[in-house]
Amino acid sequence: MTQPITRQRKAVSLISGGLDSMLATRAMLDQGIHVEGINFYTGFCVEGHTHAIRKKDKAKPKRNNALWVAEQLGIKLHIVDIIDEYKDVVINPKHGYGSNMNPCLDCKCFMVRKAHEWIEEHGFDFIITGEVVGQRPMSQRRDTMPVIQRESGAEDRLLRPLCAKILPATLPEREGWVDREKLFNFNGRGRKPQIALAEKMGIVDFAQPSGGCCFLTDAAYSSKLADLWSARGERRYELDDIMLLKVGRHLRPRPHFKIIVGREEGENRFLEGYRKQFTHMYTTSHSGPLVLLDGEANADDLQLAARLTARFSQGKMADTVRVELHEKGADKRELDVVPLTNEEIPVEWYL
Amino acid sequence: MSHHQLDARRMLCPMPVIRTQNFVVKLPPGDTVDVLCTDPGALHDIPAWCRIHGHEIINTQEQQDGELTITVRVGADSS
Repeated sequence: MTQPITRQRKAVSLISGGLDSMLATRAMLDQGIHVEGINFYTGFCVEGHTHAIRKKDKAKPKRNNALWVAEQLGIKLHIVDIIDEYKDVVINPKHGYGSNMNPCLDCKCFMVRKAHEWIEEHGFDFIITGEVVGQRPMSQRRDTMPVIQRESGAEDRLLRPLCAKILPATLPEREGWVDREKLFNFNGRGRKPQIALAEKMGIVDFAQPSGGCCFLTDAAYSSKLADLWSARGERRYELDDIMLLKVGRHLRPRPHFKIIVGREEGENRFLEGYRKQFTHMYTTSHSGPLVLLDGEANADDLQLAARLTARFSQGKMADTVRVELHEKGADKRELDVVPLTNEEIPVEWYL
Repeated sequence: MSHHQLDARRMLCPMPVIRTQNFVVKLPPGDTVDVLCTDPGALHDIPAWCRIHGHEIINTQEQQDGELTITVRVGADSS
C-alpha cells in the first residue's frame, strides 16, 4: 500500500527582529514547516541605522535585526514597505492609542491582514507570530487575540506557537500540519520561558529592544508628532516628517514655525539632505549646527531663529555670531546676531 | 546579461534594501545592479539580504563623500 504524498506546508512568519518571533519561527522549522519571514517597514521602526545617524553611536552594530534573525534561522525575509498604507492606522486607530501615540492593536491587525494577503498571493498555508498572551498590555491580551484573528481576516490560519496551547486549536493544528503537543503555553509579561527556550534551542545572541521596536511607543517622539499635527491643524504626515522627528533637537518658539537643530556631525550630515526643502541656516563665524526651519517665518522669526542657531554654536558666549541664512526661494544672506542665553529660551519651546 | 543602476541615496535603511529587493525580483539570474546609497547601514544590510536570498555581492566601493556603490549579481532564485 502506498502512502499518500503529503506536501510540505508553508508558513509566513512576522519577523520583528526580537526574540519571540525568532523562537516561534524556529519552533515551526523544527516541525518541518517551510517558513519564510515577512517584515513590515512603517517608517516608525526603530532601526539601528536611525541611531547610526548620530556619530556618537557609530560604534554600535548597524545590523538590521530582522535580516539578522532570518539569516540565523536560514530563512528568506521579505521586507515590505507599508509607509503609505500605514498612515490610516496611525491617524485613525479604531481601537485607540496606548500610553503614547502607539496604535498597537490596530497595528497588529493591519500587519496580520497584510501577511494574510501575502500568503494568499504566494500560495502559503498559514501565518505565525511570536505573540504571547499577556505579554503586551494592548495588543497581546487574551481578549485581543481573537480580535486580531477576526479583523485581519486570517481567522484560524493565524498560529501563535509560543502560546498556542492556551488558545483554541487553529487550522494547522487541527489538520495535523503541526503537532500541537510540541507547541508552548507561555503566558504573561515574564521573559523567563522565552530565555529558557532560547537556551534549549541553542540561541545565544538575540536583540532585546528595551523600548520596543516602534518610535510611536516613545513618549518624546509621540509628543513631537502631536506637536506636528497641532501646528498643521490636521492629522497627516509624510515620510520626511516622521524621519525628521527622529533627528535633532526640536524647538517651537512660535506656533507657526519650529526649528530642527543638528546635535552633532552625523545629524548635521543627515539634515543636509533636506536643505533644498527647508529654509536653513548655520553659523559661519563659529562652528555650529545646521538648523532647518519648518513653517512660515517673517523677518522677526528669522532673526529669532538665527539667534537660536547662534546659541547652539561654539559662539554661544560671543558678543555676536554671523549666521548664513538660506531662505527658501531667496538668495542667501548673512545676519550678525547676539546669541540667545539659556534664560531667554523657555523650556516650553523644547519639544 | 544586463547591467543596471539603482539610486537609493539619501534613504535610510531598510529602504535601500527594500528598493534592492523590489528591483532584483524582476531581473533574470546573472544580471548585475549597482546600488547607490549613502546610509552606511546598507553596507551590512544589502549583503545580508543577498546572502539569505542567494544573490552575490561582487563589488563594494566607498567614495570620500561617503557615497557607496554596492554591486549585486542576481542569483538563480530571485524570489
